[in-house]
This record gives sequence, C-alpha cells and structure tokens, in this order.
Amino acid sequence: MSELGVRDQSLPVGSFGRKSSGWYGVWTLVLTESAIFVYLLFSYFYLASQANGDWPLGGIPSLKLAAPNSIILLLSSAALLWAERSGARRGQRLRLLGGITIALVLGIVFAVVQLREWQTKVFSIHSGTYGSIYFVVTGFHLAHVVVGLLVLLALLVWAVLGYFDRERHAPLTIGAIYWHFVDVVWLIVFASLYLAPRLR
Amino acid sequence: MNSSELGQAPRIMSASESVIDLKLKAIWETRPGIRGVLCSVDHKRIGIRYIVTAFVFLFMGGIEALIMRLQLSHSDLKILSPEAYDQLFTMHGFTMIFLYAGPVLSGFSNYLWPLLLGSRDMAFPRLNALSYWIFLLAGIFLYASFPLGLAPNAGWFNYPPYSSISYNPGPNIDFYLLGLIFLGISTTVGSANFLVSLLRTRAPGMSINRLPILVWGTLTASIGNLLAVPAVSLACVLLFMDRQFGTHFFDVEQHGQPLLWQHLFWMFGHPWVYAIVLPALGIVSDALPTFCRRPLVGYTPVALATVATMIVGFGVWLHHMFATGMPMLSLAFFSAASLVITIPSAVSTFAWIATIWTGKPVLTTAFLFLSSFIVLFVIGGVSGVMTGAVPLDWQLTDTYFVVAHLHYVLIGINVFPVIGGIYYWFPKMTGRLMGERLGRWNFWTMFIGFNLGFFPMHIVGLMGMPRRIYTYAPGLGWDTINLITTVGSFVFAVGIGLFLVNLLVSLRRGRPAGANPWDAPTLEWSVPSPAPAYNFVVIPVVASRHPLWEDRLNESPERSSLSRGYRLVQGRETLATTVLDAQPDLILKMPGDSYAPVVLALALSMLFVGLILHSLWCTGIGVAATALAVLVWLWPQRRLGQRAEPAHV
Repeated sequence: MSELGVRDQSLPVGSFGRKSSGWYGVWTLVLTESAIFVYLLFSYFYLASQANGDWPLGGIPSLKLAAPNSIILLLSSAALLWAERSGARRGQRLRLLGGITIALVLGIVFAVVQLREWQTKVFSIHSGTYGSIYFVVTGFHLAHVVVGLLVLLALLVWAVLGYFDRERHAPLTIGAIYWHFVDVVWLIVFASLYLAPRLR
Repeated sequence: MNSSELGQAPRIMSASESVIDLKLKAIWETRPGIRGVLCSVDHKRIGIRYIVTAFVFLFMGGIEALIMRLQLSHSDLKILSPEAYDQLFTMHGFTMIFLYAGPVLSGFSNYLWPLLLGSRDMAFPRLNALSYWIFLLAGIFLYASFPLGLAPNAGWFNYPPYSSISYNPGPNIDFYLLGLIFLGISTTVGSANFLVSLLRTRAPGMSINRLPILVWGTLTASIGNLLAVPAVSLACVLLFMDRQFGTHFFDVEQHGQPLLWQHLFWMFGHPWVYAIVLPALGIVSDALPTFCRRPLVGYTPVALATVATMIVGFGVWLHHMFATGMPMLSLAFFSAASLVITIPSAVSTFAWIATIWTGKPVLTTAFLFLSSFIVLFVIGGVSGVMTGAVPLDWQLTDTYFVVAHLHYVLIGINVFPVIGGIYYWFPKMTGRLMGERLGRWNFWTMFIGFNLGFFPMHIVGLMGMPRRIYTYAPGLGWDTINLITTVGSFVFAVGIGLFLVNLLVSLRRGRPAGANPWDAPTLEWSVPSPAPAYNFVVIPVVASRHPLWEDRLNESPERSSLSRGYRLVQGRETLATTVLDAQPDLILKMPGDSYAPVVLALALSMLFVGLILHSLWCTGIGVAATALAVLVWLWPQRRLGQRAEPAHV
C-alpha cells in the first residue's frame, strides 16, 4: 500500500510569517472589519440619498488638512513596509527599529491632525444626519488608528527586546497587515466623504 | 540558531487506535479542578459546554413561549400585562435565535471539527474558549434585565422609532443593543476560528472534495457571519448613539431614517438565517447516510448548494421589508432572488430523499429525527416561497402565518436535526448510547406536538390574526385554533422534557458504546469513545471521503492510513497542511490551557456593564483591562515558536 503523503521530511515549527495561523487570522479580521466599513459607507450613501438639501453640511468638505494627512498615513505604511522588508527580513536591526518608529510617529501625527480637522468643522455630531454620520465614520476610522498605534507600540517594544530576527518575525508581518488595512480604509473613507461630493 | 528549533522531521509511527497514549494524555489533558474549568482550551469540552448552555437557553425561551401560549389560549385573558407580554416575546425571540440556534451549532462544530478533519485542536484554541465565555456572559448580561423588569420589549428585530429613546426611554433597549454587540464578538471570533481551522488544520489528504458536509455548512455559515454580523453590530451602535449621545440616524424629526435600521438589520438577518440552518443541514447530510447504509447521494451538488444558498442569501434581505413601500423594481428583484433559493434547497432535499430511497434505512431514533426533518423543511420551505411572493406577502406580513413559517424553519431545520445529531454523536461525546425506547416516545411526542402546535398558526394567520398581540377579542373565530396551538406547544414541551430525561438517564445507565457504534464512515468514529484529549494518537492520512468504509465501497485502490501517521509529541503540536491540496506544511505549536480567555471575556463584560450603567469609570477600566488582556495574550512566546531564539543558545 502506498504511504500516501506520509514522508520523512523536515517541516518548519511554530509561527513562520505567512505560514503562521496568525497570518491567516489577521486576514479574517481584515475581512470582517472591511464589512463594517462597507456597512458604514452604505449608511452614509443611504442617508445622502434620502437627505433634503443640506448635504454635505457646511459645504463640500475642505481638503486643506485631509489631503496632506492622507499622504502622511500612506508614508507611515511605507515606513512599516520598509521596516519589515529591508529591516526584519535582512536582519538589519537599525532599519527595523527605525521603520517602526517612523510609522508610529507618522501615525500619531495623522491622529492629531484628524482631531484638529474635527475642531475646524462648523457642525457637530448632533447636527442632523450628516453631522452624525460624518463623525461616526471618521470616528470609527480614528478608533482603528488608535488600535493600530497600540499595535505599532507593542511591535516596537518587542523589536527592542530582540524578539524578531531574520526567520522569526511573524508578529511584525501580522501587525503590519492590520496597519496597511487601516490605511487603505482611510483612502476609501477619504474618497467617499471628501472626493465624491465634488463629482456633482 | 540551531536548526532543530526551526525545523523538525516529524516521526511517523504506527499505533493501535484503541490505545490511550499516556505521553499524549499528559500533554493534552486539562487538569482537574476549578483551574481546569476556567482555563481549558480543549475543543471537545468547549463544544459540549456550548451545547449544554444553548440548551439551557432553549429551555428558558421555551418556558417564555409556554407562558405566552397560556395567555393566548383564549380570548381576553389577563394572565400577562401588555408590557410583560412584550418583554416575553422579545426575550423569547432573542433567546431562541441568538442564544440557542446559533450557539448550539457552534457547539457541534467545535466538538466535531478537529475530529472530522483529523487534527488535535482548532487553529486558535484560546479563541475558542474566548468565544464560549463571551457567549455565556452576553447571555447572562441580557438575562440580568429580566429580574429587574427591564427586559428588551421591541421584538427581536427591534425596529425604531419604537425602540428610540422618545418612545422607549428605559434601559430595556440598551440591554438588547449592548447584548447583541457583545454576543457578536463571540460569533465573529468563533467564525474566524472555523475559517482558519479549515484552511490550516486538515489532516494530510483531506482535500476539499473530501470534507464532510457539516464542515461545508459551518464553513459557509462562518464566512457569512464574518460578513454579516458587522451589519447588525453597526446598527446597534448607531441606535445606541441615537439613544445616548444625541445623534440622529433614525430620528425622523431630523431627517433620520428608521428604514436604515431595517436595511442593516436584514442585511445581517437573512444571511444569519442561513448561518443557523446550513450547519444543521450538514448534520443531516452526514448522519442520515450512516443510517441508510450508503454514502450521501450527490455529495458535490449538496456541497455546492450549501455555498450557493449563502451567496444568494446575501441578496434577499429586502423580502423582510416588502410592506415598507419600496419601488416596484426592488420588489421584483428581491422577490425573484428569494424564489431562486428554492433551487439549491430542492437539490439538497432530493439528495436526502434519494439517499433514503436507495439505501437500507435503519430506523433508529436519530434516523426518525433526521428524516422527519425533511418533511418539516419542505413545509417551512413552501410557506417561505409563499411569503417570498410580493402580493401574498403583503397579505401575510405581520400575521401568524409568518410566525408559523419561521417556527417550521427554526424548529424543523434546527431543533430536529440538532436532537437527531445528539442521538448520533452522544456516544462519541460520552461513551454511552442514548435509550432507543424512550427515544421513540421522545420523537413522536415532539413531532406530533410540534405539528399540532404550529401548523394551525398558518390558518389563524390566513384568517388575519396579527402577531405580537397580547390578547384578542372574542368572536373572531380564533379561540379554538389558539387553544389547539397551546395544547400542541405543551405536548411539544413534554417531548423536549422526555429528551432531557433520556439524556440524563443515558448519561448514567446508557449502554456502553464502542468506538463506532453506528458503523459510520468518518474520522471521528476511528477514535475511542469518549474521544481522548489529544483526539488522534497519530495524525491520520486521508485517502477518501469515507475513510472507514473504504474496503466496503472500494472506490479506489488507495486506503487512508489511520494507524500510521504523524506522531508529534514534542509538546502540544498538530500538523498544518496546505490550503488547497492538504500537503504537510508546518508543525503548529498549540497553546495550552490559559486564563487569558476568561479574563478577557470578563474585561469586556465590565466594559458593557459600564455602558449600561452610564459609568465612565467602569467602562474605562473595562477598556484598559481589555487592552491589557489582549497584550498579555498576544505577547510572543518562545514555547509557541513566536519569537527569535536568543543568540547564545
């Protein structure tokens, strides 16, 4: 009888990058979190389609802060990509620590600018459906940014403690997927709330 | 870095299946005592806990229903006040749909998946424990409102504006909203666990065309849940914001849209209906053939029908809203999509009938439950087609016809297969068979009681009796039918009671079952009963869909290797295989028993309790404790191969 597939072969053990369960796990998180934002934007467009008059409240949202801020978030993603690709995978400790730090700092800048942007709005969360949905959508995203910053902070601590080397850095790979996801979602939110109203 | 830490050649060895392996036992078995109760991550314990807890909720929901049936047994009765009646039907619906029907199937799948797939545990054992603890605590959270007289009272789908703060100022609705968000976390992490377990922890050779249909069902339900649960969680967040933080999503005065709630709720609600039936259909597709002494007819069409049902199920939510004044085009589209569902349903139905027809049925109690399910499925399906047709739906909306339909669907397609499934797998879980004699009484009482209780609801619905009324005037011609319904529901309850008696008696005095009392074909029956903590002495290698029937069916010269396979005893380990063709890929280091899940679940409870009490402190501490618990949980461990080895080793 043939020994189906039973072979004496050496297999890797434990968490290995894309072979770790956590890598698969974070994609399920991305899937279900994407669904949340799909439903949020559905709500936004639904309310927009049913609104009479005042939409968006206070005129088309300004790009003065939001556009540069989007670029800051993209740069943060790029820094993290660099930390992983050219730092962790090549065993370059300095690039690893530097990349995560830059990503973290740029992420904090994004959050601060976003709070500033909230202050410049002439309406509040209590101002009709537009005020409600604007602050809830951007608030949901900002909450994801805050969680992402905590993830980056944990990754930085673990990197400092020397938990990552060339072979083992699955937590970095997994955390980075979440951070990139938060960035991509921002681009979609930005396009829906800031750019789409300009198309009329 | 030494190579043995990074890679290892797994030992392949032979073992007799009936041998309890002491080394594996020491590695995998949960320690006794309170620590074991709180820390266990054994999927079998968690699965049984899920089933037992879900049944406790079934009994509570059942008692609520019986009290309501007493109230409705005759016109103008005053057993319940209108407010009490509202709370009862809301809690009954919430309990049965969210705390019984979904979780009981998670219980089966938690118990069975690793055994069906040939693995030692689920992909995320601690997440598995977490999903159970959250389910339990969310249920307790919701039921805490009951003794306070503050239970949710706006029906299980909780439509605004009635559920808004202006019309419903008490905390009743907040219990509903927060409870549902809390429970959603459990459903979501559970679904993620099933999905990753399927992708990673199948035994070598278990390619997707060899998966049991239960696995297809739970997989489909899990993906559906991951995509659908956020809709209702979001709806609950938005309504909670409206009620507590002054937003205007559903507030008509500020151009808010109550219909937005209905959209979000049913975008979740309809896929959820399939999430709580597809795994149950899987139970039937896997267990029924065993009693027909032949493989399931049409494995591939049935598997595809399962997936197709869910895909179409995402495009039918509007049929719950036909009466809300939609444009004709939407009505036509959603009605057509709803009727399309009959095609995959019919495929499965004819496959089951053909399996019985061409098999040699053995009339056990399990067979009775599983085969009678087909009858109930067809009745519930036909009334579903009726309500899916727009003109008829306009007539039937909010009448007892809909109540009859949804009970045929939920009891017929969920409760009957679940009880059949318990008769089938009880020997694997406990090592004993359930009594057949009492089983017959159990089945016939339930079957007769159910049809007596619920079929007449169709008629009284067609006569125009609306649902959700706490009483009705005499002289409408509804009294007799309602009395019959009440009698039937009590007979049904007696049937459930007989099941409970049979279960408890069999637990003590049931006939000992061997490893495979039904002579069944799938992997779970290759291990001793009850299944040992480590499941398999060696990870088997699978060569067909029916590993234990290969000699008999002789479909190919290849044979599964059950007693010779991967040993894996360097700590808690199981084999990861590749996604598509299930070739060995990696040795997974599995976490052991841990306090992390129960602590995280308690931290989350604190957050939700804080929100219902409007206590900033309690909420804040809950958030901080949650973040801390997650951090500790995820801290990379050397034991699990999650971090680099120190350079000096």
